[in-house]
Amino acid sequence: MARAFALPQKWGVFGRRCIDEIWRLGVGSIPLVIVISLFIGAVITIQMQLNISSPLVPAYSVGLATRDIVLLEFSNSILCLILAGKVGSNIASEIGTMRVTEQIDALEIMGVNSANYLALPKVLGFVVFMPVLVCICIAFSVVGGYFVAVFTDVISVSRYTYGLQALFQEWYVWYGLIKSLVFAFIISSTACYYGYHVRGGALEVGKSSTGAVVTSSILILLFDVILTKLLLQ
Amino acid sequence: MIQVEDITKSFEGKTVLHDVSCTFETGKTNLIIGQSGSGKTVLMKSLVGLVHPEQGRILFDGRDIMAMDTAQMRRLHTEIGMLFQGSALFDSETVLGNVSFPLMMFTNKSRAEIRERAMFCIERVNLRGAEDKYPAEISGGMQKRAAIARAIALNPKYLFCDEPNSGLDPRTSILIDELLSDITHEYNMTTVINTHDMNSVLGIGENIIFINKGYREWVGDKDKIWATTNRALNDFVFATDLFQEVKEYVVTHGHKAYGAARRAHGEEAARPND
Repeated sequence: MARAFALPQKWGVFGRRCIDEIWRLGVGSIPLVIVISLFIGAVITIQMQLNISSPLVPAYSVGLATRDIVLLEFSNSILCLILAGKVGSNIASEIGTMRVTEQIDALEIMGVNSANYLALPKVLGFVVFMPVLVCICIAFSVVGGYFVAVFTDVISVSRYTYGLQALFQEWYVWYGLIKSLVFAFIISSTACYYGYHVRGGALEVGKSSTGAVVTSSILILLFDVILTKLLLQ
Repeated sequence: MIQVEDITKSFEGKTVLHDVSCTFETGKTNLIIGQSGSGKTVLMKSLVGLVHPEQGRILFDGRDIMAMDTAQMRRLHTEIGMLFQGSALFDSETVLGNVSFPLMMFTNKSRAEIRERAMFCIERVNLRGAEDKYPAEISGGMQKRAAIARAIALNPKYLFCDEPNSGLDPRTSILIDELLSDITHEYNMTTVINTHDMNSVLGIGENIIFINKGYREWVGDKDKIWATTNRALNDFVFATDLFQEVKEYVVTHGHKAYGAARRAHGEEAARPND
């Protein structure tokens, strides 16, 4: 751990690797985030309408509830659980394959701090880009709900948009962003750890990939409870 | 020169190296040979610092690596080139990227200078034209040559090769052996090759260390090996009927006569049929 988070040996190389990882892990996840956000945003809107349609509840509550669910839980915790599968398995299998094919040994023999060279750009790149993914998720989830309002008779556009703006609390956005940074660190560092400590062959690489996803998912859920308690109460 | 003095290494209570002492000479191809499980890989990994022996000393031109801290070890590693059994090229980089990597990490050269040096190394191993290909796009022999180019990019003082001929056809193996031998003499490196390829042993073995069951059993060169009376070494090197017959011929008629016979046979084979 200490070796992985030491200062880079060559800042120029480190910078280039960070940009590569932002592009690969972050920008590469945008299409998935957009698709998931659009559909889940639409589903949340429809379900809210079904569950809270009552004469006692204002109609704009559908938009309000959709917005708050997206801000508080979907755009960070659920999104990160999904990204744990994509990004976590990607990182663990990449580093694991490098381990079993002696590429990490080759780095060490050259005098490179392999843990630092491989892990730090991935962790930093993913953590730095995570807020962008969260913002994209929020935007497209809201758009998904908007499509429901436009193309169905579940809720009117005016009530939905009014609900989106009603009783808005800015802290919910910061709460979601803070959580997402912690989760991004958990996903990337857990995957790096699992990949780096693979011993054996292809079978173990697959196991490490699964282990990384399972462990980071559990840690995300655990820290979700802890952060919610700390930040919202 | 690398001197190994009385190193012992155990794994889970089983000793795999027993008080091994040997010397790897500068400007020579030094071969570590032995059966699978004899301890030769552990010896090589001890030399490069991937395995830490429980006792003994390993001196790189007088510098004891067992007494070095991480920073000193990392500095020493920049003087070491290593060719791995599976080449260990970085999949995500082209041949040029692989060869440029150590130059980018450990020199302050400009991009143009790095490219120039990398291309020089690529040309030295006869890989011109393959510099933009990825490891998955080239053959096993070309991968080995690319790995050699990467290993020599920083002009290392010490070159370690772990079974460089594994998975290669005999002709490509000979080319790799010749390349390693040429580079060793050209750059006056201390080259250590871990092998159980008998063609390599008899072709480029200028200093041969035979490891048997964790003990250093025999030290010599490719000429002395023909006349060895060491039974374990005989059983290992001349294990096949072909090698036994060759050995008997050499012992009876001499090494030069065998060489002449080989050359004559080669000329005969090359002559077109009437």
